Formats: sequence, structure tokens, C-alpha cells
Amino acid sequence: MSDILLEPPPSPFVDAKQHSEANHLGMWVFLATEILFFGGLFSAYTVYRWSTPEAFAQGSGHLEYWIGTVNTAVLLTSSLFVALADLAVKRDDRRWVTLHLAAAWLLGALFLALKAYEYNQKYLDHLVPGPNFDPHGGAPQVQLFMFLYFAMTGLHAVHMLFGLGALLWLLWLNHRGRVSSHRADAVAVVGLYWHFVDCVWIFLYPLLYLVAR
Amino acid sequence: MSLLVTPPEIETPMPSYLESGHTVRSWLLTLDHKRIGLLYMAAITFFFTIAAIAAALMRIELLTPQGDLVTSDMYNRLFTVHGVLMVWFFLIPSIPSALGNFVIPMMIGARDVAFPRLNLFSWYLFMAGGLLALYSILGGGVDTGWTFYTPYSSTYSNSHVMAMAVGVFIAGFSSIATGLNFIVTIHKLRAPGMTWSRLPLFLWSLYATSLILVLATPVLAITLVLITLERVFGVGIFDPKLGGDPLLFQHLFWFYSHPAVYIMILPGMGVVSETMAVFSRKPVFGYRVVAASSLAIAILGFLVWGHHMFVSGQSVYAGVVFSLLSFLVAVPSAIKVFSWTATLYRGQISFETPLIYSLGFIGLFTIGGLTGLFLAALPVDVHVHDTYFVVAHFHYIMVGGMVLAYMGGVHYWWPKISGRLYHEWTARIAAIITFIGFNLTFFPQFVLGYLGMPRRYHMYPEQFQTLNVLSTAGASILGVGYALPLFYLGWSFFYGRKAGPNPWGATGLEWQTASPAPEHNFETTPVVTTGPYAYPEGNDMP
Repeated sequence: MSDILLEPPPSPFVDAKQHSEANHLGMWVFLATEILFFGGLFSAYTVYRWSTPEAFAQGSGHLEYWIGTVNTAVLLTSSLFVALADLAVKRDDRRWVTLHLAAAWLLGALFLALKAYEYNQKYLDHLVPGPNFDPHGGAPQVQLFMFLYFAMTGLHAVHMLFGLGALLWLLWLNHRGRVSSHRADAVAVVGLYWHFVDCVWIFLYPLLYLVAR
Repeated sequence: MSLLVTPPEIETPMPSYLESGHTVRSWLLTLDHKRIGLLYMAAITFFFTIAAIAAALMRIELLTPQGDLVTSDMYNRLFTVHGVLMVWFFLIPSIPSALGNFVIPMMIGARDVAFPRLNLFSWYLFMAGGLLALYSILGGGVDTGWTFYTPYSSTYSNSHVMAMAVGVFIAGFSSIATGLNFIVTIHKLRAPGMTWSRLPLFLWSLYATSLILVLATPVLAITLVLITLERVFGVGIFDPKLGGDPLLFQHLFWFYSHPAVYIMILPGMGVVSETMAVFSRKPVFGYRVVAASSLAIAILGFLVWGHHMFVSGQSVYAGVVFSLLSFLVAVPSAIKVFSWTATLYRGQISFETPLIYSLGFIGLFTIGGLTGLFLAALPVDVHVHDTYFVVAHFHYIMVGGMVLAYMGGVHYWWPKISGRLYHEWTARIAAIITFIGFNLTFFPQFVLGYLGMPRRYHMYPEQFQTLNVLSTAGASILGVGYALPLFYLGWSFFYGRKAGPNPWGATGLEWQTASPAPEHNFETTPVVTTGPYAYPEGNDMP
């Protein structure tokens, strides 16, 4: 009886190679889903920026340019560390796997901390959409821009949180010695996800922060 | 029972999947794709029943021109319940999640789907979404229609839109997980020799369906997130006060929901392809073209969503393009119909129940598809938009097509599911009752719509009464057709005659193993050496 509480579940795979290929394909298909998930928001952004470019420029002017820029650097560096961790796994270097993953995790957390700081600034400036919104003399569509800003970066931040959880899981797996060059999938697959979240940010950064510049 | 092949006596050292555990826990925590398929089947039967009761109440209300049974507000809630439950909690998971889960690994000669835990998780997501939807129904219902159009669902909402939207959102992730699992399973777990050109057509159609599930559902998810944010914060991007555009909601919604229509028909086409081959003892005519047409429908399906907005203020040029693209979908659909018909030609046809359902499918799908062309034509659509013509059209596809195919599939694989046979004549009669009831219910609605009766109203001018009475009478016959299988299949599950591994004499891999299937599907991994429908040559009818 294949019961989820019994360990280990019977594998549907004939060998490790097939299993590994399936894991990778599964993550790629999931990322295709994710692209369409963000795609709805990007479409909405495109439609409204096309119809009200001035309001979007005004809205963009309210964002902290330096936070967006620093965060881009932070996230790209974090992705670099995940890639280095993947290489370390492939040469069975557990110590460096831990160090690289920890560095990636800390940078991810720094990104979210800066994001939270920026959200708080927006709250204090009455730039959060809702009854207390103050367009600072701009068009009503500035609120639309700010709504999209919060929706897009918020959804991105939720993905970051899942990613940070996944990195913790990898650290735990590595601590228990369950990651090696023969079992490299977990790091590689989480790495794909982390790079994807990074890529989304690479699109968000110019669309949100650089409109007015 | 002309097709009954004497089952060879096989000793089964491996217990069947039904015998491998009898506790509730062994079902609720199972990782076996066959048990998960049955869990889905039980769940969708439950949701179907609730949605059917809502439909019955609507049909009873429509017996008379006056609104005498329910209020307008209640009527709005009834058709919303009917639509939401039928689309997301019955049709979309029907063949893929229930039958697909059950047979896909067996058809490709695998032990299970690629990610069994994800598979079970998807069922729990589905149930969580379903329970939230039920909660919103019991809490007073939703009056937006299944489409959640803004501003009904946002600014002017006065019902439990949030709970319902979150329920659909969660069920959407169950669809995505199932689609992902199927894609990886079909790519990576095929038995030795099971090349792409030997893949049964049911798998081609489910592969195409899975692509839609994975690529369209997330757009619905994000749209529902936006609606929910609008409800929570009181501002949103569809609000015209801020310069937002309610039409954008319709674009996003139909970008999912039109492809979703193909989620609700492609799997049915797969079942029809299988049964045509088996019950006419011939390979499916034009195998490659039928397989390719499934993918073509999936791809074209993503490019036609604008035909839902011909009268919503969309640019007329966009309308023309969407109209042309919608006509194009008819090409692969027609190819399938012609191929099925050509499969029957000079075949050794035996009218077993699954074939009766499939023949019904071909006729009704053809009517549904051709009336779809009427609706894709801009001027005709302006005339019949939002009338019963549209209602009749999509019920011919979804009920006449998908529900009949689902019933056909359940009957076809029933011996593999239960290990037993149902009473053939009762089943044939139920299939014919369903067919007659369906036509009597929905054909008058074409006429009603053409004459101008709008959908979604519970009162109507007196001249429409005769046709409405006919439709309600048909619905009661249809109800009998739906109810009968519950009884005779239920009886057969416990007391039916033993089926043996291959009662239909079919060629598919799923028929090469015991019935009910062993826990791990096959004693030894099968090796495939022929195409999917290698029926012996030379048995043509004279």
C-alpha cells in the first residue's frame, strides 16, 4: 500500500537519471506557469501605461530610486551564490554549499528588508492605494500605478518568501548530508526557481523605477 | 456481449489496487494514481449533483413566464452556483483528473505519475477550493454569474464573491499541479518502445489539455487575485474612477476561460478516439492528423478569447481578427469528426455502451461546433449575443460533448476500475435516454435564443412558454439518464460479473494487466512494439 506516511514511497522511476530529468522538467513547466501568472499583471501594466504614460511617470517618481537599484544588485548577487552552491554540490564540497546557500539566503532577506522599508515609506507618504491615498497633485491614475507597484512587487515578495523557505530546506538537506553530486537535483531545481524570481525582478526594476528617468 | 474475450486464467500474486488497503486512511493518504483518480471521481460526482440541482430549480422556475418559484436575486445565485460548480468542480477535473489520473500511467506502461505526492496534494487543493465554494453558497451565494465580471464582482458586489473567488483560485492550482504532473509523466515515464507516434490518442489529447491547464490557469489565478485585492482594499485596477478599464477584466478572464473551453472538450475527444478504434476494430483513421489537431486546438484556443467581447466595446478591428481566428479552430475540430467517421467506415462495429456515448458525442459536438461558427461571425453574434442561443451552443459542447464523453469513458474503463461488468442493456438504454433528454432540453433553446429570449432572466414573455416547457421536460428526462448509471454502476461495483483483464479485446497497455489493476499496474514493465491500434488485418465486413 502506497501510503504517504510510509517511507519511502514507491518510486515511479526506473533509475536516477529518469528521476532527475523529470524533476528538472517539472520545475521548467512550473516556471512556465509562473511566467503566465506574472504575465497577467504585466499585461495590465502595459495597457495602463499605454493609456496614461504621464501618470505612470509621476507615480514612478514617488519610488525610491536607490532602493530599487541596490535591491537589483543584492538579488543578482544572491543568484550568483545559488549558482556557486550548485557548483559546490557537483564537486561534493559540503562546506561551501552551506556557505554559498547561507550567503544567498542573507542577501534574499536583505532584499526583503529593503522592500519592507520602502513599503513603510510609501505608507507614511500616503501612497498606499485606498481611502488614505494622496496623489500629491498628480492624476488619479497615479493610484493605478501605485496599485500595480504593490501588486507586482508584493507578488514578487511572496515568491521571495517561498524561495527563502526553499533555501532553508536546502541548508537542512545539506546539513543532513542528503545533497551530493549524485543527488544534486534539489539544489539545481530550487536554483532554477531562485533565478526565475531574480529574472522577474529584472523586468520589474526598469518598469517601475526607471519610467521617469 | 459480442466482444467478450474469454479471460485467460492468470494468477495474480500482486493484490489489486482496491485490495491493497481497506481503511479510510489507506484512501485519504494514498499515493496510488488509481485511488486518487477515484477520489476525484467521487468528489466531482458530489459537486455535479449540487450543480445539477441548481439547474433543475432553474428549469422548474422557467416552466411559467412569471417569476413564481424564486426571486430574481435567488435566480442569479442559482445560475452562478450551477456555472461555477459545473465548470471548475466538474468539467475541468472530469476526464483529466478522474479518468486521466486513473489510466495515463497504465496507458504508457508506467507505475505511477511522475510526482505522486503532488498528485495527492492536488486532490486536497481541489477539495479545499470546493469546500470554500460550498461555504460561499451556503453563506448566501454569489450573484455575478460564473464569469465574475467587474463591476458586479467588485464595486457593486453584494454577495460572497471573495470566498468563491478564493475557492476557484485554490482549485486552479490543483489543475496546474495535475497538468504539470501529466506533462512530465507523458514526457519522461513512457515504457520502452512507447514512442510519441505510438502514443494512444487519449494521451495526445490529455497532453494538449495539460498544456492549456499549465499555461492558462495562472492567468485566471492572477485575475482572481486582482478582484480579491479590489474587494479588500476598496480600490482596484478595474475601477473606472481611477482610469481603470472593466473590459481589461474580461480580456484577462477570457484569456483563461476560452482555452478552458478546450480543457472541457479535448479530453472528451481523446475518449472518443479510443472508443472508435476499439469498437470498430480498426486503427483511428489519420492517427497523426488527429494527434496534431489536438495540439492545434490547444494552440489556436489561446488566440480567440476576444470573441466573447464582440459587443463589449472592443475595437471592431480586433473583433474581425478574433472572428477569423475563431473560424480557424473549426478546421482541426472538423478533421477529428471526419477521422472518427472514417474510422467507422468498413469497421466491425459493435454498439457497446461506450460507443453509443461516443456516437452521441460526434453528433452533438458537430452541432455545438457549427453553431459556434454562427457565434464567431460578427453580425450573427450581435443578434444572438447573450441569448439562449449561446446557452444552447455551449451546452452542446460541454454537456453533449464532454459529459457524454466522460460517461463513455467511465463505462469504457469501468472493468479496469472495478474489475466487473455492468449490465450492458441497462447501460445502453441509459445512454439513449441521456441523448434524447439532452436534445429535448437544449434544442428548443437554440430556437428561443434566435427568437430573442435573453439568458439569465427568470421571467419571459408568454410566447416563449411552449419551448421552455419542452426544455424543462427534456431536463427531467436528462436527469433520469444521469441517475441511472449511479445505480447500475454502483450495483456492478459489488455484484457485477467479473470482467477479466480485457473484456473489450482492446489493444491498449492498460488492458494487458489484470482487472482491477494491480497496485503497481504491471507485473513487469511492458515493452511496446506496435502502434496503439494494431487490430488484426482482414476482419473487414464483407
